[in-house]
Amino acid sequence: MIRRHPEPLLWMLFSAGGVVSAMLMPVLVLLFGLAYPLGWLTPPASDRVRALVANPLAAIVLFSLIVLSLFHWAHRFRHTLYDGLQIKHLSEVIAVVSYGAAIVGSAVAAYLLWQLS
Amino acid sequence: MEQTHTGSYTPYHPRWLRRRLSTYWWLEKPAYLWFMLREGSCMFVAWFTLYLLWLLDAVLEGPLAYELFLAWSGTPWVVALNVVTLGFVVFHAVTFFQAAPQAMVVRLGRRRVPPGAVLAGHYVAWAAASVVLWVLLRGA
Repeated sequence: MIRRHPEPLLWMLFSAGGVVSAMLMPVLVLLFGLAYPLGWLTPPASDRVRALVANPLAAIVLFSLIVLSLFHWAHRFRHTLYDGLQIKHLSEVIAVVSYGAAIVGSAVAAYLLWQLS
Repeated sequence: MEQTHTGSYTPYHPRWLRRRLSTYWWLEKPAYLWFMLREGSCMFVAWFTLYLLWLLDAVLEGPLAYELFLAWSGTPWVVALNVVTLGFVVFHAVTFFQAAPQAMVVRLGRRRVPPGAVLAGHYVAWAAASVVLWVLLRGA
């Protein structure tokens, strides 16, 4: 029996996460990380954000951003520790911890967005 | 056939032919350091993903929790971390888009879209997405 290797799927998630986070994250960091906290711009009211994320399309985009970004991180982090820092003896542990964290984060995102819908 | 990355035996590549690399090989040349910084950008992508989850949690809890989140986001260490995060996510975006024309071959009919156009398309999409989010998230 041929065992399917998960690497191509994980690479697809990494790649998709790379594109989605590249497109959406810089402006979100600029707004929620700097412009609102430092008072350059007035932040949207709580109700406005709530109404926005209750929109199904917005929720799907946000869910994709969070899930794919987490798997993007997990994959890159694992490979950097393996190839970059040469931590080879712990590769199984690192894989379980990084993809596990991505799965937990995805579940949290699903729960929060479900509650907000 | 399954290949393992960690086994003590790998076909065709006897261990004794491999040069042992220092753990800090990426400090040897600027190009290697850039590679490591590019890979390291994923840590900031992960940080901001967590930040978004906290924001969603605060929005779910109500206006007071949202105000507390905004206040927390203005504390010096969070602002400092987000300044570095902005630098890294922009660096991530630029390097990821740079690789896109090599990773994907776009065809229109029988002709291949030139790599420069694929790259430009990514930048146009990036700009458009940023403007849409900016407008949607305007304060009252």
